[in-house]
Amino acid sequence: MSTSDRIGRFLREMGEALEAEHNPYGEKSFRVAPEQIRPVLEKLRRDYGFDLLLDITAIDKIELGKAGEPRFDVIYNLRPHDTGDRIRLKTSVPESDPALPSVQDLWKTANWCERETWDQYGIRFKGHPNLKRILNHKDFVGHPLRKDYDIKKQQWLSEADDLMDEMEKKRKRTSDALSKETLFVNLGPSHPAFHGAIRILAELDGETIRNSVSEIGYLHRGFEKSAEKGTYTHVIPYTDRLNYLSSVSNNVAYCMQVEHMLDVEVPRRTQVIRVILSELARIMDHMVCIGAALVDLGALTNFWFLFNEREKIYDVIEALCGARLTHCYIRIGGLAHDLHDGFEAGVRALLQSIPETMTDVQNLVGRNRIFLDRVIGVGVISKEDAISYGFTGPCLRACGIPHDLRKDEPYYGYEEYDWDVVIGENGDTYDRLWVRFEEVNQSVRIIEQALSSMPGGPVNVDDKRITLPPKDAVHGNIEALMNHFMLIMNGVAPPAGDSYRAVEAPNGELGFLIVSDGSPKPYKIKVRPPCFMIFSAFDEMIEGGMVQDAIATLGSLNVVAGELDR
Amino acid sequence: MPAELFMPFVMVLVAALLPLQLLPAMIWAERKVSAFIQDRTGPNRADILGIRLGGVIHSIADVVKLIAKEDMTPSKVNSFYYSLGPFLALFISLIPFSIIPLADTLKIGGAAIPLRAVTLDVGILFILAITSFHVYAVVFAGWASNNSFSLLGGLRSAAQMVSYELGLGLSLVGMIMVAQTLDLNEIVRQQGGTIFGILPAWNVFLQPLGFLIFVVSIFAETNRNPFDLPEGESEIIGFHVEYSSMRFAFFFMGEYIAIIGGSAVVATLFLGGWQVPFFDTEMLRENAMLAARIAFGSTAALCVLLSIILMAYDKKLQALYTDKRRFEARVLLGIVVTLGAGAVGGLLFLPTLSSLGEQIVTAIVQNTFLVGKILLFCFFFIWVRWTLPRFRYDQLMNLGWKTLIPLALLNIFLTGVALVLFDRGA
Repeated sequence: MSTSDRIGRFLREMGEALEAEHNPYGEKSFRVAPEQIRPVLEKLRRDYGFDLLLDITAIDKIELGKAGEPRFDVIYNLRPHDTGDRIRLKTSVPESDPALPSVQDLWKTANWCERETWDQYGIRFKGHPNLKRILNHKDFVGHPLRKDYDIKKQQWLSEADDLMDEMEKKRKRTSDALSKETLFVNLGPSHPAFHGAIRILAELDGETIRNSVSEIGYLHRGFEKSAEKGTYTHVIPYTDRLNYLSSVSNNVAYCMQVEHMLDVEVPRRTQVIRVILSELARIMDHMVCIGAALVDLGALTNFWFLFNEREKIYDVIEALCGARLTHCYIRIGGLAHDLHDGFEAGVRALLQSIPETMTDVQNLVGRNRIFLDRVIGVGVISKEDAISYGFTGPCLRACGIPHDLRKDEPYYGYEEYDWDVVIGENGDTYDRLWVRFEEVNQSVRIIEQALSSMPGGPVNVDDKRITLPPKDAVHGNIEALMNHFMLIMNGVAPPAGDSYRAVEAPNGELGFLIVSDGSPKPYKIKVRPPCFMIFSAFDEMIEGGMVQDAIATLGSLNVVAGELDR
Repeated sequence: MPAELFMPFVMVLVAALLPLQLLPAMIWAERKVSAFIQDRTGPNRADILGIRLGGVIHSIADVVKLIAKEDMTPSKVNSFYYSLGPFLALFISLIPFSIIPLADTLKIGGAAIPLRAVTLDVGILFILAITSFHVYAVVFAGWASNNSFSLLGGLRSAAQMVSYELGLGLSLVGMIMVAQTLDLNEIVRQQGGTIFGILPAWNVFLQPLGFLIFVVSIFAETNRNPFDLPEGESEIIGFHVEYSSMRFAFFFMGEYIAIIGGSAVVATLFLGGWQVPFFDTEMLRENAMLAARIAFGSTAALCVLLSIILMAYDKKLQALYTDKRRFEARVLLGIVVTLGAGAVGGLLFLPTLSSLGEQIVTAIVQNTFLVGKILLFCFFFIWVRWTLPRFRYDQLMNLGWKTLIPLALLNIFLTGVALVLFDRGA
């Protein structure tokens, strides 16, 4: 079934329930009545192959000035896992009774997405088994992403959640579980293997994990709330701090989305530079993931091999933009500045040394029986479960699903480069790590080609609404000075409406849903963090395994707390 | 005073001090070798008046830190067992040295003076008995800490050590069948001579399978990677997670001394102990003068080489820095030159050795070889740690019970067959 057919047939059959919404960005968005939302979603899932629920979020429309309408819109963001054919469903929820039927039985990822929507907006989902806060603290009062929650309001919260309510529910699943003597262990939030701050409450029978419950949010710092307070440009440094292992990818994803809303295309040279930097970020991200996973397995030397190489990449990027971790080099409409002279030579040297390092590391572990026994068949997730949990990126490909947004929904000329999508077979820890190993080699191939095809020309779009005028013009004439002033104070203002686009970040599909009210400030920004969805499957993946399996599995998922907790 | 009266005291002192002297060297080597393996520099900052000795001074900084830290005892612990754990860890790991023969027996005035602290006929059994005590240290620490992670570490350790003890013991049976004795000095003495005239007659060549099983089990017994599950710092943080200050240091020291002790046992049982390859005790005693000359001569040559390197280093520093790093190079140069001069003096004014002198020189040479073998095996320990990942708990058990023990039994069988065939059993 081709994509247009799919949506066409869906529209014909479900026509009455849907109301096509005008979207200034040409994206497919439909409005559904609240009582119809569950049947429509069920049909989409069962009959039309929209098996990937990307995200659920809400919009608080209180400041949009539409009197008489219900206060909230809840947005379901969907696509089939094998295409980039996206569809968004919206439904209105009144403030007096903000409730919708839950869809967590259709998509497993809906469990956490609905919890997040409840946490941030106070929208209840009827039939949800465990509707409690996820990013904010359990005693938090109010719902922070509502427009009437003051960003500066502070709450003193100190009591930790013992998580026993969730644990007791899980323990009751099996009748004999309660009679056995078991040990409860908190892995995290401060634990050497849980990079960042993540907490697992595990019920241990010997060394076997019988039940596990996870708690996240220790690093929640309100990215989405902060993003509503500044201009579009102000958000760029915040995005650096999402997945801080590959901050360029976040920059690119965000800027590409804003440029899409402004309907401008960056010059070819900028596209190529962004591709090179994104692929370098992917390499670094995979290096950290592999290195950290191997450290958790007890193989410390690989970590140093990989981190030495990563430092070399950081040296090149530091020479480019002055920062090592949070680069903030991408700008809306282009780049902060053009490349320096030594950049190409620096990257070419990296292209030599990166494959050597990867070979070294692979030689150390690739045929090591201890390593293979620790990772093969550990933390397995089936294809169906992976899709249902909203897996994207390397973790999905490790299950054998050859899906990559760089191929399916190419941007920045990825279709012109010659490279392969790497897939695994069994969806176990070994596959996830090995997919990452191979993706590094593919990224090297892409960078090689991109570097050779680098065109000249400017790096910023020639548009006064977007690009800052050159400094000497600002100092020299009043028009440029005013232009500069206006851009700094107001910045860009996309037309009113909402839009979602995504890039293939190292961890998977990283997308920004931006709602604009036509003003220079984003009305709402919702990031779709790939590892939030991936981590929601973690409990199911580790139950029945041993503690050491859980550690190995976590390492291979590459959960980055900055992105997970936002 | 007759030698046989005061020598035991001297030997007890030596047996206690040898591992304690090797300990800082071992910790330094662990750091520097791991740094070398991992493309890093390793510790090179801590200094006393600018003297860094390539990171050796770092160990002193560690000691100061560990002593100065607050010694915390968590509430609700069983303080007796909590304190007993670290004490046992260090104490038990020191014991095996008391029966390791450090060199061949001296003969002074008709009396035989064994160069070990305790003369035991059942040396091997004593070692096995003592190493099995090590598990108590870990179990007490893990259980008494009143912490789930410690408890898990203690449980892992108990299961692991008990399982691998079997392999450890069984792997030695074949060797005992060949040696027909449990006395360590006798076992070492039997390892003199050669096989086929080319290989030293070490047990490692006579009992390769037993050696392999023994080494793997020793790794497990000392809780070293890939068997460091009781510690498992990325999983359960370890049985000593609640310990701080010197109590933690006792575990730390105990672990390294256990490694040195394990190496000493391996060296004694399988690598010929104090035997110098191709030179038995009689030959060494006859050529003691030559041996002493070679020792002095090679020390002098080494000092010359070192001083040349240091002078070049000093020259390089002169161009770069004006700080205390230059002072360090000069001091080291002074020490090396003094040592070299001493060695040259020794070479020139070496008196003709008496019979006792010959025996002492022989003992020193043999002991040097023993320490060299121990250090080599310690290096092997370090090398493995920084190369291999860690086992999973059930895989560890499988390896112990389903692989090592059957192999050890096979080894006993093969040894028996060989003994019957070559008619040595009778």
